[in-house]
Amino acid sequence: MTIGLGHFLTVAAVLFTLGVLGIFLNRKNVIVILMSIELMLLAVNINLVAFSTHLNDIVGQVFALFILTVAAAEAAIGLAILVVFYRNRGSIAVEDVNMMRG
Amino acid sequence: MTALFFYLFSTVTVASAFMVIAARNPVHSVLYLILAFVNAAGLFLLMGAEFLAMILVVVYVGAVAVLFLFVVMMLDVDFAELRQGYLNYLPVGALIGLIFLVELVLVVSTWTVSPTALQLPLAGSPTVEALTNTEAIGRVLYTRYAYFFQASGLILLVAMIGAIVLTLRDRVGVRRQIIAVQVARTPEEAVEMRSVPSGRGLPEEVS
Repeated sequence: MTIGLGHFLTVAAVLFTLGVLGIFLNRKNVIVILMSIELMLLAVNINLVAFSTHLNDIVGQVFALFILTVAAAEAAIGLAILVVFYRNRGSIAVEDVNMMRG
Repeated sequence: MTALFFYLFSTVTVASAFMVIAARNPVHSVLYLILAFVNAAGLFLLMGAEFLAMILVVVYVGAVAVLFLFVVMMLDVDFAELRQGYLNYLPVGALIGLIFLVELVLVVSTWTVSPTALQLPLAGSPTVEALTNTEAIGRVLYTRYAYFFQASGLILLVAMIGAIVLTLRDRVGVRRQIIAVQVARTPEEAVEMRSVPSGRGLPEEVS
């Protein structure tokens, strides 16, 4: 049984679903929400690379590299905001994020 | 052999991704995240994207996951309190996740690649004998996507400056060296001349 495009797409779909589920389950913990976002970006990267090798087109891997860059920047900014928020409020619970009365 | 390694890597990836969202301790979540990333790098290797696999290990495991680990360990938060209501969200979360998964699997299983798409690669990836994967990516990245490459560098720069600006704070009561003030001192304000009476000395001053 050869491993084709569908196998990798299925793994990516399961990973993406787990990321969405993580956001729903850990609604109070911002750190786990950020980790779930990283999982979803990883699933997207697996999709891009799977299509890249299946279609014999290297551009997919180039864009996966760009997604990796943006994910790293997003993690850095997100964690910086988290640290500042913890310094100001002494808590990272999501329901405490109401300083702007949004 | 490829099938064996595919099932190994994908099983460990999915299991550790599940543990990321289910672990009680966020430190364990981060460690499972690292495991998921390493096994995803194995999946990338199976697909023939060696460069991205190595970059995934270097960037995610080496930088992002360690950043998460630092933040989790630095913040002194009662994580047990944050898990309150976990079971309340479980039914609706599981329902939405199930619907989402079924939709994605339906899309993946019923959808096929058009045969003409195989004849139209934007930049055909060369065979391994002709060019390594890293070199193939570099040939496309540094020519056709040079502007995108510069833009991603700019994004990283902005993220770096933003993170520094956000987390840098001026503490009160900390004496910092201000070189301009030091250099601008004149002898009049720096040296104080006193005539000391003989045998008595100066009274002690509270500075």
